[in-house]
Amino acid sequence: MRDILAAEPDSSVAFLAGGTTVLDLMKLEVIRPERVIDLNALRGEYGHIRWDGVSLRLGAFARMAEVAAHPDVLAHYPVIAQSLSLAASAQLRNMASLGGNVLQRTRCAYFRDTSWSACNKRVPGSGCAALEGANRSHAVLGTSDHCIATYPGDFAQALLALDASVNVAGPRGSRRLPFASLHRRPGTIPHLETNLLSGEIITEFVVPSGAWTRRSLYLKIRDRQSYEFAVASAAVAVDLDGDVVRNARIALGGVATVPWRALEAEAALRGRPLTAEVARTAARAAFADATPQSHNAFKVELGQSTLVRALLQAASMEFQP
Amino acid sequence: MSETLFPQSSTLGQPVPRYEGRAKVTGEARYASDVRLARTAHAYLHMSAIARGTIEAFDLAAARAVPGVIDILTHETIGDQIRQTPAIYQGGYISDSRRPLGSAEIANWGQPIAVVVAETFEAAREAAHRIDVTYKLHPSLAAGMNSPSATTQTLEPMTIGVGDFDAAYAAAPVKVEAHYSTPAQHQNPMEQFATQCVWESDRLTVHEPSQYVNNVKFGLAEQLGIGAERIRVISTYVGGAFGAKGFLTQRTALVAIAARRIGRPVKLVATREQGFTVSGYRAETRHHVQLGADSEGRLSALRHEGWELTSRGDAVAMGAVSMTARLYACPNISARVNTVATDRSTPGFMRAPGEMPYAFALETALDELAHTLDMDPIELRRVNDTRTEPVGGLPYTSRSLMRCFDEAAAAFDWKRRTSQPGSMRDGDWLVGWGCATAFYPTYAGNSAARVRLSANGRVHVSSAGHELGQGMYTMMAQVAAEELGVPVERVTVSLGDTDLPPAIVAGGSSSTASVAPAIMAACDAIRRRLGVDGASPAEIMPAMEASGIGVIEEFAETRPHGVPPDSMKGLYRGKTFPVGGVHLPDRVQFALGAQFVEVRIHALTHEIRVPRAVGAFAAGRIINPRTVHGQFVGGMIWGISSALHEHTEIDDRNASYINANLADYLLPVNADIIDVKAIMVPEEDRLVNRAGVKGVGEIGVVGVAAAISNAVFHATGRRLRDLPIRLEHVM
Ligand SMILES: Cc1cc2nc3c(=O)[nH]c(=O)nc-3n(C[C@H](O)[C@H](O)[C@H](O)COP(=O)(O)OP(=O)(O)OC[C@H]3O[C@@H](n4cnc5c(N)ncnc54)[C@H](O)[C@@H]3O)c2cc1C
Ligand code: SF4
Repeated sequence: MRDILAAEPDSSVAFLAGGTTVLDLMKLEVIRPERVIDLNALRGEYGHIRWDGVSLRLGAFARMAEVAAHPDVLAHYPVIAQSLSLAASAQLRNMASLGGNVLQRTRCAYFRDTSWSACNKRVPGSGCAALEGANRSHAVLGTSDHCIATYPGDFAQALLALDASVNVAGPRGSRRLPFASLHRRPGTIPHLETNLLSGEIITEFVVPSGAWTRRSLYLKIRDRQSYEFAVASAAVAVDLDGDVVRNARIALGGVATVPWRALEAEAALRGRPLTAEVARTAARAAFADATPQSHNAFKVELGQSTLVRALLQAASMEFQP
Repeated sequence: MSETLFPQSSTLGQPVPRYEGRAKVTGEARYASDVRLARTAHAYLHMSAIARGTIEAFDLAAARAVPGVIDILTHETIGDQIRQTPAIYQGGYISDSRRPLGSAEIANWGQPIAVVVAETFEAAREAAHRIDVTYKLHPSLAAGMNSPSATTQTLEPMTIGVGDFDAAYAAAPVKVEAHYSTPAQHQNPMEQFATQCVWESDRLTVHEPSQYVNNVKFGLAEQLGIGAERIRVISTYVGGAFGAKGFLTQRTALVAIAARRIGRPVKLVATREQGFTVSGYRAETRHHVQLGADSEGRLSALRHEGWELTSRGDAVAMGAVSMTARLYACPNISARVNTVATDRSTPGFMRAPGEMPYAFALETALDELAHTLDMDPIELRRVNDTRTEPVGGLPYTSRSLMRCFDEAAAAFDWKRRTSQPGSMRDGDWLVGWGCATAFYPTYAGNSAARVRLSANGRVHVSSAGHELGQGMYTMMAQVAAEELGVPVERVTVSLGDTDLPPAIVAGGSSSTASVAPAIMAACDAIRRRLGVDGASPAEIMPAMEASGIGVIEEFAETRPHGVPPDSMKGLYRGKTFPVGGVHLPDRVQFALGAQFVEVRIHALTHEIRVPRAVGAFAAGRIINPRTVHGQFVGGMIWGISSALHEHTEIDDRNASYINANLADYLLPVNADIIDVKAIMVPEEDRLVNRAGVKGVGEIGVVGVAAAISNAVFHATGRRLRDLPIRLEHVM
């Protein structure tokens, strides 16, 4: 660990965990690191899955597949298990780590194909080919004039909805930050995607539990049934008092530039009975500020109906007392 | 032979396991790129990044500096080592008329403009990425069919006029008129476009996955200006082709030249993305259909006009109005085909090349007509069923369309369908049932085969046909075993090699219809040698034993019905193509089928699923129900894919393919394919060919997209006329 952190951090270094993003982007020459530092030696120390009845601690190097199948995760955090098992393919889930997963890069075709010169995320200041291009899969929330790329992952929505935090370690020591402040919206500098400092690595996710964690789920809508990124998704966790929402946690995927917490929708639900009507009002609130592009206007409506369906499904979940 | 032409047999019609199955699952099967040649150098293509223009300059310094680079081929370095030759559509061999590395002109995005040859694949790749090209851009028609200045050309020979369409349509009490479209799609065979070339003195051997080894041999000879006898092309196994490996592409001559320049074998495996422009593909189509009918649903007027995207260099069109005009009884028909030339690579053949898009248009229009008439769509087909095609009045050799509909409908339980759109909702899911006709013309062509019978009962059969995964080895073994009365396990097979007796291109679902008769004819010759002409298979081995002969080897060539006598020399020059279908003077030949699907669409989130598909197909005699089942079911799955998933997305700014990889080019995964059932409707057709077989390779795809769009209408009341159908279209 100390050796890894001692490595002089700069942009020419890439950390490698499962490699399913890093190697892919290296082959595409989207990233051209001079050095690749294999973090997998840390798997022994940070590969854990630990539930103590109060919170869930997930080592950054635990594999997606391990976490998705873990009995404690399945029992107490359905939204986490589902967000992982509905992602990618079995092969990828066997390789990929949780830390790498939350840091995966966008699937924007113009980002991934270096023959396009205009991509602010890949080459700062070069422009954005997607604005006038094929942008069906792009974001409607959190976009800027500089980048409209969708954050593609699933697991991050579960962490965000559940108010998880992230432990990181770096050359200047360790710290903890709320998961909500890990990712940055593109703004004017879309190439800066996280608030990690140079050389910092993620070691662990800590997910608190609450009355809402058991009544939680991840709904993923996509163009085919499996092995495909979300067109729209919703991670929801709800605490009900009878029909009435005591507390709801919502994060949206497939529609936003970063894992997207829908606080307005949560507020619209609080204290109200979880009916279709109320769910629709909440969903409208979540997308009130949406900015559609030429090919993705449908995501505004689809994102809302995805959230409505997820909320109604959560409301109807049944538990053994 | 007994009274029925196709008696029950222990071999033919049996689900004999795949001949090469073991070799494939154990990895023993050597595909073209698996063949190891000593001192192989590796080639990597560099493709153009613009839609149209010229190369002003190459900067190759950085590429040359990569350790291990041996040679770089560009139009400047190879000069005129490759000749300009006519394209396949002009009577030549090659898929498009552009000369490989012929000039500085760029005609499309993804055109090979340089080839790096290096000691390793990695070095070649790295160097290819370091080539710096200065382009001069020319105004382009990058928006494809939407380009306002693209030239549209009507292909007059494809025009059909019967009766008086305009008057009949004007007078028809019931009318339907609509426009349809299908997108660009790519075959994406699992095995990529590989080529290995090795020269031994002045003889060239090419290892390449091909649907027509003799096309590659003779075409390459023409391009290189050498005698064809100096070239051998080997294609023992092909990992899927679907039309993409039908004809010679630009890459082969480039690899051959590279190998000659460096005096070593050279191997190229194009990347998945490069594969999108290395060969042809299914280009975009548009359709205008008008149907006029009486109140009973009888068609009185039918018009089908198609537009197909092509390249500026080659006017390629699949033009399947020749089929859609001949499917149903109708006295007044007008049909036309147009090409729209744009700056894209030349399209080509993709499984059911014309049949898939044209069937989508016509069979969706028929469903619209059925709905307008408030008539069951099966009954609409029934009242328009015919024994003779309406254009030339020629008889079908056999036609079991309604039997297919009836069997598929029964298996699907169609009688439970309520006709009102939206009426079959199941909770949160909108449910729709739809059906459509499938059709594919029955083709065959000249082919030759050699059969060797040994006294120990072993048989070897050889013909330069092709194993694309469809079951060619197995079929050849079965036919020889049947004819000679030996167990199929005693038969060995050679194919996919220009040193063998030549056969037809593995296209147009014609391989079995062409090669099986040639094998039968060679077996006849063995009978004659044994003096037991006309004997039953069971009498052959005893006759062989009695004769005391050790080995008999016989060669035969066959020319199917309707193929002109002077065409036989084409067989020996790589120019044998499927003949038949609607192109015969005295009859038409079709395999027919019926496709049924159920779609489910979520009422809130609109995902479209296909939980069930049933197809029934009448395709003459089925030689191997196991491999044929694979063809039908595989075709139907591809049909689902063609309707809901596949779409090559094009950026209008440089006509580039932005999803040219298997992560972003959507194909159904296992979870999308739930219950797909193929029914083989027994059909005996004594006319089509001696083997009684109609093609089965492509028909499974045809009609599925229409059945799906019809089912989507039934589920939602929304008529979707443009493929692919995605969730945003049913919102
Ligand atoms: C075809 C395909 C389909 C996919 N579909 C989905 C999908 O549906 N849903 C989904 O969510 N994902 C999907 N993915 C993405 C996949 O889940 C991610 O690639 C994977 O989770 C990344 O994990 P990894 O361990 O392989 O990361 P790596 O590739 O090793 O690393 C990813 C990034 O994180 C950095 N990194 C890794 N670990 C750490 C750490 N501990 N600290 C700091 N930095 C670190 C790396 O430097 C790199 O930038 C898909 C991927 C592919 C290729
Ligand atoms: S959307 Fe973002 S990632 Fe995509 S091209 Fe624009 S800047 Fe690049």
